[in-house]
Formats: sequence, C-alpha cells, structure tokens
Amino acid sequence: MAGVHAEHRAHIQERTLRTDRWWLQPAATVFVLVSFIIYATFRAFENKHYFVEKGELISPFYSPCLSDACVEGTQLFGTLGPSSLWGFAISPALLILIFPLGFRLTCYYYRKAYYRSFWQSPPACAVAEPHKKYTGETKQPLILQNGHRWFFYAGLVFNAILTYDAFLAFHGPDGGFGMSVGTLVLLANATLLWLYSLSCHTCRHTVGGRLRHFSKHPLRYKLWTRISILNHHHANFAWVSLFGVAFADLYIRLVSTGAITNYFFF
Amino acid sequence: MARPINLRIWRGNKNGGDFHTVTVDANEGEVVLDVIHRVQATQLPDLAVRWNCKAGKCGSCSMEINGKPRLACMTRMNTFAEGETITVTPLRAFPVIRDLVTDVSFNYKKAMEIPSYAPPANLKPGEARMEQIDVERSQEFRKCIECFLCQDTCHVIRDHEENKKSFAGPRFFIRIAELDMHPLDTLRNRKRTAQESHGLGMCNITKCCTEVCPEHIRITDNAIIPMKERVVDVKYDPVRWLGSKIRKREDIS
Repeated sequence: MAGVHAEHRAHIQERTLRTDRWWLQPAATVFVLVSFIIYATFRAFENKHYFVEKGELISPFYSPCLSDACVEGTQLFGTLGPSSLWGFAISPALLILIFPLGFRLTCYYYRKAYYRSFWQSPPACAVAEPHKKYTGETKQPLILQNGHRWFFYAGLVFNAILTYDAFLAFHGPDGGFGMSVGTLVLLANATLLWLYSLSCHTCRHTVGGRLRHFSKHPLRYKLWTRISILNHHHANFAWVSLFGVAFADLYIRLVSTGAITNYFFF
Repeated sequence: MARPINLRIWRGNKNGGDFHTVTVDANEGEVVLDVIHRVQATQLPDLAVRWNCKAGKCGSCSMEINGKPRLACMTRMNTFAEGETITVTPLRAFPVIRDLVTDVSFNYKKAMEIPSYAPPANLKPGEARMEQIDVERSQEFRKCIECFLCQDTCHVIRDHEENKKSFAGPRFFIRIAELDMHPLDTLRNRKRTAQESHGLGMCNITKCCTEVCPEHIRITDNAIIPMKERVVDVKYDPVRWLGSKIRKREDIS
C-alpha cells in the first residue's frame, strides 16, 4: 500500500489527523474559480455589450478587438480573425482569451491553487491525496507549464493595450477630454494587471533571477529587489486582478445594456 | 497555573501500533515537548521521543501534532483550545523506529547524491572573496536546521513511496539552489541534474514545504521556483538555448 500507509511507516488508518478546517481553502478556491470560468465563458460567447461608445469603454475580455465583427470604434489594431467559421459566428473574445488564460493557467500561484483544490494533489498539507500515481510536471501535458514565460511576455502586451484603453476612456459626455466612473474602473483594472504581471516569478527571474553576481549588475539587482517585494504578494495580486477583470467587464456590460448609468465627473 | 490536558500519543513500531490517551498537566508557558517529557517521567517511562536542544535549532523533535508536521519544542500549549485532545504521531513520510521516532536516513542518502561546492581550481584556501549581495540569497537557505518537516509534508514522497528513489525533496532543492546561485561555484550542470536526477520537475509547487518550515525559509518562492526557471533557461527555452550557443556560455555572471 502506497503513501502514508506504506510498509514500515506508522500504522495509522486516518488519511489525515488534522483537526482544523483544511478543506475550506480548496473549497473556496473551487467556488471562486468555477464562478469566474462560468461568467467568463458566458461573456466570451455572448459577443455583445462589450463597448460603450459614450466614454469609449471597452471590456478587457474583448480588447484588443481583432475580428471583422467588432463593433465600430473598437478595431484599434486592425483585424486578424474572421467573424465566422463554417457558418458559426466567432466572438472576438475567443481570438485573444487564450493569452491571458494561458498566463493564469501556467502561473506558479494558480498552479498551487488548482492542483490543491481541483486535482487534490494534495488537497491540503499533510492530507493524503487520492491518486495512486504521481509524476508531477515531468510528462505531457503538465510539462507544458514550463512555457509560462511565453504567456508572461504576451501578458505584458495585453497590459499595455488595456492601459491604452484606460487612457482612451478619459472622455467626457460630449466626447472631449473628461473622466467617468468607467475610466476609473479601467484604470484600476490595468493597474491590478500590471501588479499581477510585475510580481510574477518569471518576471523576477527575467529581471535578475538568473544572475550569479548581483554586484556586477547593480541596476538589475535593484529592480530584482523591488520585484521581490511585489512577488511576496503575488497570490493577492492574482486574486484581486482576477476580480478586477471580471468587475471591469461586468461594469461595461451593465452600462452597455442600460442597467446602470456611467457617471461622468467632468 | 497547571491545567490538565488529554494527549493522544501513537505508540508502536514498524510492525504495528496504536494510540494511547493520557491525561497530563500542562503549565503556563510550556510547549508540547515539555508535556511529552512529563508523560515520559510520570506515566510512560519507555516512550521513545527524539529531542536535543529544546530551542528550535537542532531539528530533532520533528513530529506531527494534530496532523501537522511541527517541532514539538516550538509548539506552545496555549495554542490549543481548553479541553482539546492533542494527537501526537511520528512523521508519516518515513519508516517508524519506535513510538515518535522515525528513520530519516532517506534524507542523508539524498544529501550524498548532491555534488558538493566546487570552487575554482586555482582558488587557494583563504582567497575566496565575495560581495555580500552575491551571497545573501544563498544565506537564507543556510538557515535550514534539517528537521525534515518539509520532506515529511511533501506529498510527492509522503503519498507516493515509489517516488523516493527519483525525488530529492524540498530540503535538497534549497541545497541545489544555494550552490547554483553561489558566485564561486564552478559546476555548470546543476540545473540539468536538478531536473533529470533529483526530480525537480516532480514538484508541483503546492508550497506545503514553505508552510511547515520552522525557520520560515521561503523554499518554494526563493529556491524551487527560481530553480525551475533556471531549468527552463537551459532545457525548455529555445531562444535562451540559442543565445547560450552563440555566446558560448550557460550562465550569466
């Protein structure tokens, strides 16, 4: 018998002897991530209510909008993809979501979160996992987690675009310079995404992690120390930025459908 | 002021064992090891427990307290609720010798498999010079007291005995990271061997090692993930690989 019941180990039947509520964290993670996946899938396929012309607010799920079918005013970077394939309409979100999705899916923090909560490998520390065999990230498909840095680079491009979107949202009700609640929402979203990306372990490695002599690279060392401070809070940024993206999209949807009004400061 | 507490202690050996519940007094300011010693002195004189410094610096009294890998000498009694029964077992990832004592020789075998520090060949004793900022990353890893709580909680070997032959474990990943980040170490294949011989790729970074470390070493963030990124540099990143071929070097100084 394998694991904690292996031969010569203390003969204890219980899977774990932990008395605290160790199941709470994985359960909460499943609830939040499943809720996000359901909402994001619905929005990605909805293919409408992603742009508010008055104030120029575009949903982060649909930016950059690269399909032929994008509504007017959203095609800032031209078009790359068709609006339909084999007669089925393709939502512009589907052309781009692979990049932010891949970035989060391969993120070192999210890996911990979903390995524990979804795959139960392990569900919590010192709680026996249900699997008979374990090879970690040494075989396909999990060996692909090593591609995290490519999604990180792509994520930086997306951050730049979403920051640009936030600056484009500095519009008043008459179309001139101004600011609305939507501007603040997009600005907060872009800021949180930057914090999430800059606190990433790959970013830390790229900036200075591979150096052996910090003393020969004082600028990179300084950057590395700053990013290390951010890195300490990477898990928090991962969650807050996820909520930020969902909230920004929801806000724009509600304004676009007329459920709420986007308040203009000036 | 003394208060009575219920202690449920696993007793036995590799052939079998069971829990024994005893009631014992715990005084203000005491730790679990103090209480175990009182049980030993007053009720179970043949209870086996390994301990040494009682100061959280020798790593001897590693055990599982209420299912969590902990140092008995650093687990204060006032962290438990009034009337709570405290369960104490040996480490569950290693073979038990007797009662709370386990055979941790697996770790010593793994330690021997890691190539030691390799200074430059022409460096004479006393000539090594390093800047503080070049060694402070590695110094965090030198805080390790070898309690092996990280090894015990790591599910790769805790839940899969068969992985012990191919997986060194978090304690030795910090050793490999320490050497790979060392400014004077000359061994250049540590990244590849970390992945190919010591099982770095088996780690799925669920951070239990960091959670249980009594020295608060950020094992996952500061050693394992940086090593994984360094492995990507040499094994899974074609751009970096090409760059290393053009510039004829594996590492950046």
